[in-house]
Amino acid sequence: MALIEAVDITKTYRLGEIAVNALSNVSLSIEKGEFIAIMGPSGSGKSTFMNILGCLDRPTEGKYILEGTDVARMGRDELATIRNKKIGFVFQGFNLLPRTSALENVELPMLYDGVPAKERRRHASEALARVGLAGREHHHPNQLSGGQQQRVAIARAMVNKAPIILADEPTGNLDTKTSVEIMDLFVSLNQESQITVIIVTHEKDIAEYSKRRIYFRDGVVVGDESAGRHD
Amino acid sequence: MNRPGAMINIPSIISISFRALRVNKMRSALTMLGIIIGVGAVIAMIAVGTAASNKISEFISSIGSNILMVLPGSTSAGGVRMGAGTQSTLTLSDAEAVQRECPAVAQVAPVLSGVAQVVYGSQNWSTGITGTTPNMFTARDWKIASGRAFIGQEVRSAAKVCLLGQTVVDNLFGALDPVGQVIRIKNVPFTVVGVLEAKGQDPGGHDQDDVVFVPVTTAQKKLFGTAFPGMIRIMYVQARGIEDMDAAERQITDLLKQRHHIGPNQDNDFTVRNLTQILQAREESANMMTILLGAIASVSLLVGGIGIMNIMLVSVTERTREIGIRMAVGAKTWDIRLQFIIEALILSLIGGVSGIVIGVSGSKLLSALAGWDTIVSPFAIILAFGFAGFVGIFFGFYPAYKASNLNPIDALRFE
Repeated sequence: MALIEAVDITKTYRLGEIAVNALSNVSLSIEKGEFIAIMGPSGSGKSTFMNILGCLDRPTEGKYILEGTDVARMGRDELATIRNKKIGFVFQGFNLLPRTSALENVELPMLYDGVPAKERRRHASEALARVGLAGREHHHPNQLSGGQQQRVAIARAMVNKAPIILADEPTGNLDTKTSVEIMDLFVSLNQESQITVIIVTHEKDIAEYSKRRIYFRDGVVVGDESAGRHD
Repeated sequence: MNRPGAMINIPSIISISFRALRVNKMRSALTMLGIIIGVGAVIAMIAVGTAASNKISEFISSIGSNILMVLPGSTSAGGVRMGAGTQSTLTLSDAEAVQRECPAVAQVAPVLSGVAQVVYGSQNWSTGITGTTPNMFTARDWKIASGRAFIGQEVRSAAKVCLLGQTVVDNLFGALDPVGQVIRIKNVPFTVVGVLEAKGQDPGGHDQDDVVFVPVTTAQKKLFGTAFPGMIRIMYVQARGIEDMDAAERQITDLLKQRHHIGPNQDNDFTVRNLTQILQAREESANMMTILLGAIASVSLLVGGIGIMNIMLVSVTERTREIGIRMAVGAKTWDIRLQFIIEALILSLIGGVSGIVIGVSGSKLLSALAGWDTIVSPFAIILAFGFAGFVGIFFGFYPAYKASNLNPIDALRFE
């Protein structure tokens, strides 16, 4: 059984009288442990698809089967629980809580999962160590470099043992050297922990890290190729 | 991954709220200020009001319960009406008749008073001399501190005995024990048989303890020679119970009318005053004042609450991205809602506690500096604190509701 099964997903936005299809009948299947790059120009529907995959948004039509359950018709709070347990997010702008230590940022998903404080602290420290930030637990985001902030975000994404990490332009704000470090981190998470990594990017270099590339254009999938240097 | 995480985790949310407030220390402190001032003002105002009404109720109990006063009536001479008490129309036998014939009356204490110089050794003191009967002390619930009260036998025989109020003792005897000593009033020697307990001032500031009690008959014969024998100035009447006050008033009026031969169309030559009623009315108005002061102070508490709501609303907008991040990592509707409600609640409760401290110390300061009496009642503290908590929940809810309804995608993109 596939980890993710998208069946005829359509997302329609209404702008007054006009209905715009951001996605039209997108069907995809993603297996556990894949490393995928989603590519396409802006307006191609890749961000909309990402939001649906991340359970931040619901499709207008179609099914989204995640680990055997159709989440397309779930309510707000059910989707919140799915996001908490199954999906880790990494954003272009890091999206860490300001004036809050790295440790507390990483603890955040566990706070909403009712993990006791001691365990929370331990898991968060482990996750920070895993991304190479041991010793920086008490630094605030403004005391960390961009690369370090993105590592905190990755630690936060993986701390709840989510099987999927969704990264939206994760290296968009980083220089080339740091981008390479961050991408290596994704690769190791994918290979060592069998985490399914899905990255939205428009950079070819970044897409090179993936084993499968899905191209979007005008709300439809125009290409789906399995290749890459890790095969 | 299989943890049953569907439940809202209150301790976690409380710690989230505390973190959020700690991150914005300055804003949190300023928001609290409104509540601190509100709660402090409510407590201080109620403390001032409570002290005022307590003073009056203390006096009510100091004059005794269910007390009526019978005063000689006003006279009219050629159309000019004089004040009450200008003519002496009450006699000792009137008092005895009231005691004997009015069933609603428990006891009567006649009073004939005047001012005189009191001398003991080389000390002298000018004070009020009250001639009365032992009923005075039971009716007014006035305890004897040492010695004894004079007895009926001494009233009948016009014995030269007296009881001293505390102020008189202080001025004549200092630390000496006055019981058994002889003092001179208008050059007449009186043996001190007892000392009364201190009662303090009445609401008019008159010292109730600056008094010497002698038997009414002695006062008539030896001290204040009266125009006609048996005359008294006032009657203190104690009714049997609070519900008998009206009956007693009616019975006394009927009896005295009959004894003084007053026809149905004539003005009474005496007045019956319901002292307890008058004082209770004053107590009620003092209570009213307390409520009014409390209400005014509550307005500031309300304004403080609106302040909290304003800050929380601003902070919902300011923290849109934070809310988006929380939603992305799994915060549910009520997680967000509770966070904002609890933040508001924490602000108002900490503000409430600080307000209590400030209100209580402010009351003390008011007592010390302005000389106002203040009584900080636990009721006022509970009221102010409860109101602060209510304000927190009430004004925290709308911002919380607004925050929880944000769309996670929009919230995450918010700049």
